Amino acid sequence: MCLAIPAEVIELLPDQMARVSVDGVGKLVSVALLDELAIGDYVVLHVGFALTRIDPEEARRTLALLGQLGAEVLA
Amino acid sequence: MKYVDEYRDGKLARGVAAAIARDSDPARNYALMEFCGGHTHAISRYGLEDLLPGNVRMVHGPGCPVCVLPVGRIDMALQLAAKPNVTLCCYGDLMRVPGSRGNSLLRAKAAGADIRMVYSTLDALVIAEAEPSRDVVFFAIGFETTTPPTALSIRLALKRDLGNFSVFCNHVLTPSAIERILACDSDGVRIDGFVGPAHVSTVIGTAPFRRFAQDFAKPVVVAGFEPLDVMQAILMLIRQVNDGRHEVENQYIRAVTEHGNRIAQAEVADIFELRENFEWRGLGQLPDSALRLKDAYAGFDAERRFALDDISASDNPACECGAILRGVKRPAECRLFGTVCTPETPMGSCMVSSEGACAAHWSYGRFRDHARRKTA
Ligand code: SF4
Repeated sequence: MCLAIPAEVIELLPDQMARVSVDGVGKLVSVALLDELAIGDYVVLHVGFALTRIDPEEARRTLALLGQLGAEVLA
Repeated sequence: MKYVDEYRDGKLARGVAAAIARDSDPARNYALMEFCGGHTHAISRYGLEDLLPGNVRMVHGPGCPVCVLPVGRIDMALQLAAKPNVTLCCYGDLMRVPGSRGNSLLRAKAAGADIRMVYSTLDALVIAEAEPSRDVVFFAIGFETTTPPTALSIRLALKRDLGNFSVFCNHVLTPSAIERILACDSDGVRIDGFVGPAHVSTVIGTAPFRRFAQDFAKPVVVAGFEPLDVMQAILMLIRQVNDGRHEVENQYIRAVTEHGNRIAQAEVADIFELRENFEWRGLGQLPDSALRLKDAYAGFDAERRFALDDISASDNPACECGAILRGVKRPAECRLFGTVCTPETPMGSCMVSSEGACAAHWSYGRFRDHARRKTA
């Protein structure tokens, strides 16, 4: 139940709803808990609601750090 | 899938595992509790324990909302569902949770009760709108992640004038449960640090965990749900323990901020207030650990609307869920595990949800244990 998935915003609809794509599968979800959402943003989806935006810059930093951790030890 | 696959990369995982092996001190043990069912699931599914040195042990905490719901609340839901005019809507995980005398929502449904599985509170609203003659009750459970969607459903019901919609509220709070575990640190487990919840933290932020880090001198690292997220958090915790630090750190920076989702927090604060006490399976009565609807929304509160009395019922006496949820026992130490109790015939709530410690061990862990014994 806690499992939540990343989804891409495809279309913003009236009544704080949006169409999102989860790995190519379209879904209608509520975006009432987020403001200033744009098409192309990624959000974390949970029980039909977008909970938070995924920050692409921070995501990139985390991956870079993960790569670096291993590189240090395995070098 | 973007933001998923890259955090499951095996090569990166081996790198982080090597860093953990290098940084962990062989002269001591590390007991790290992952609070959240999502982490328990990731640890079991990807076999992360196999990547950790023997002195780093993961303790599965009580962060699976289905697992901490006491029998009495299931019995109350069954009472609701037995009323001829009630349509009870719930998340799928709840259907097989055992109530008293082997009853469950699934059995009640088979016997004719109007119980419907929904994916979202919005689906329950659609049912209430389409069937005005039914009293539609949403069986709300979950931690801070699931509470804002319930709050919004009440606001929408008010706006759409849906007088036939109400909520049976069982929402609980993460910090209270962590506090309880820290307070009973004496009964067998010593936890050196916590992997903090992922999606709960998207809502509440990292700030509420500061209290534990300070008052109980325990490090907390908020982590995402992918295997690499969990591995990195473990490394961060080990480094904190080694340095004698107890800080709140954030591994899940791509989704979690210090103060969380303020819109969601405001929605929840508007609709709900603290209950003085609430029973948790395995942890007992915890003060200020759950929410109920404010008086202004009493009409949407199923407990008041249907004059439900609190029911306190006991677990199957052989079920060790309580000790497992406190981190004192492991699933395989329960004598019902895998014999009488399986996901098809769960005897306790930990076997029901895929995030429960027993179900996770059933699906993934037991083969690993077997392989380990064989090679030993
Ligand atoms: S195996 Fe079943 S009976 Fe034993 S603790 Fe887990 S859920 Fe309870």
